[in-house]
Amino acid sequence: MAVAETTRPTDTVGPAAGDGRRPTVIADDVHIVYRVYGAGGGRGSATAALNRIVRRRPSGRVREVHAVKGVSFTAYRGEAVGLIGSNGSGKSTLLRAIAGLLPVESGKVYTDGQPSLLGVNAALLNDLTGERNVVLGGLAMGMSREEVRERYEEIVDFSGINEKGDFITLPMRTYSSGMAARLRFSIAAAKRHDVLMIDEALATGDKKFQKRSEARIRELRKEAGTVFLVSHNNKSIRDTCDRVLWLEKGELRMDGPTETVLKAYEEFTGK
Amino acid sequence: MSESAHDRAVVVNAPPSPDDGLTPAQLAAKYGLTVSGARPSLPAYVRQLWARRHFIAAFSRAKLQAQYSQAKLGQLWQVATPLLNALVYFFIFGVLLGARDGVPGGEQNYIPFLVTGVFVFTFTQQSVLSGVRAISGNVGLVRALHFPRASLPISFALQQLQQLMYSMIVLLVVLLAFGQVPAWSWLLVLPILVLQFVFNTGVAMIMARFGSHTPDLAQLMPFVLRTWMYASGVMFPLQHMMTERASLPTWAADLAAANPAAVFMDLMRFALIDDYTYADLAPFPWLLALGWALFAGVLGFVYFWKAEERYGRG
Repeated sequence: MAVAETTRPTDTVGPAAGDGRRPTVIADDVHIVYRVYGAGGGRGSATAALNRIVRRRPSGRVREVHAVKGVSFTAYRGEAVGLIGSNGSGKSTLLRAIAGLLPVESGKVYTDGQPSLLGVNAALLNDLTGERNVVLGGLAMGMSREEVRERYEEIVDFSGINEKGDFITLPMRTYSSGMAARLRFSIAAAKRHDVLMIDEALATGDKKFQKRSEARIRELRKEAGTVFLVSHNNKSIRDTCDRVLWLEKGELRMDGPTETVLKAYEEFTGK
Repeated sequence: MSESAHDRAVVVNAPPSPDDGLTPAQLAAKYGLTVSGARPSLPAYVRQLWARRHFIAAFSRAKLQAQYSQAKLGQLWQVATPLLNALVYFFIFGVLLGARDGVPGGEQNYIPFLVTGVFVFTFTQQSVLSGVRAISGNVGLVRALHFPRASLPISFALQQLQQLMYSMIVLLVVLLAFGQVPAWSWLLVLPILVLQFVFNTGVAMIMARFGSHTPDLAQLMPFVLRTWMYASGVMFPLQHMMTERASLPTWAADLAAANPAAVFMDLMRFALIDDYTYADLAPFPWLLALGWALFAGVLGFVYFWKAEERYGRG
């Protein structure tokens, strides 16, 4: 991105299409390959490694995982797009690439502004207190110190971490996984987003928090151009999305209105 | 199971649009979309980094405080660790191996000489080591949030600078205890620290890029750094040892003393220790310090930026 994200104007650039549909995310034949070290066959002995170095062959212990294979689609402003598919089908990987957090092997992802990804496993710093994580997370997302100070109470209240006592001053490693996920979601949701991607964040937390976060997502959707939602809960896809992409083994298997795709998917999974 | 959907995705009910004939690239250009995760230009990158300065500062401070948060003595270790290191070196090199010979100003200067050397070298050593793991050790953070990646190696180097400030308090006590009198030359510590910090940050950024795609470096670096430590004369007078004990020519000693770690260390000793005179330094010490700082700083920054879009890959 040539323009600093903090100074990007939010008004529209270029002409609107005849039917008023403006693309916000374009994926053009996207391939994503992970390289995993220390996996692969058992030949991890010193002699084998030396042999590889001497012969200048790439290490046999690096394994390539072709996670996304040639996915193309165009998402438009005002759309809520659901992503479905079985575990390991490449949904989260694709979202990370759209957010620009993971490089693509080939193909291109074009976006309108800086997409933001709200993930459950958006790692923060476990050895630091919740308090510090709120501040650091906010600053890393590009908020100013004043903004972080203003939003601090709101973020902590929203996360509900302090409902059962003063937990925000404890290191994050002492949190339960649900608590940590709630705090992470609260931090990420504190910012305005152009293109918003939510990776199963709805599934974290108890009923009360789920209600709260769904309301916040609706709010964010009003502000955001496009929303992507990964979920294994078909009900929440039906409730929030008007279009669904179905990924299977890294390939885009179907792309269409929610009902049509979900019906085919449910047939496929044998429900 | 629908077999028809194998090769191409089934697109249902796509409404016709004037944009239908366009390729994705043309469509993106028409609406002003940009490539996601593309590397910004160098000036834009500097601006982004400047916008994150509070993050960099807060991150380094938080890391520093978290470092000993699990230890019972807590922050006391900030000071105890370098002091214990110096103590070990004093017994091995000072007492057992006779490295006290040839210290400028005589044997009574050995402890200030040693402590200054250990602290200053540790600053560079730790910056380089944490640089190696700056990206590879924070892949989670890199994959989760959007920020200029150079923030990480810079804040790790900054963390080491803050760590050095604690050590400086110990150093001050040691200097006074061994009869050094505060002098105006002590103020030279500031420009030296600035130059060394720039140098360290540059090397940390180079290491961060290496380390991001070659995790093996984390195993190798301790050996490289230990060799560097012995070659820089941290716990013995380098010039004296090379020319008197090993009978090497003077130019070899000067060459060894021109390496960045030795340059910053010797300048610091020159600034703080009374009997350590300009004549005890390698030729052109200030020029060398400035040159190393600029060379590593600029090279490291550009080299790190060149791979900005690739950090975070597996």
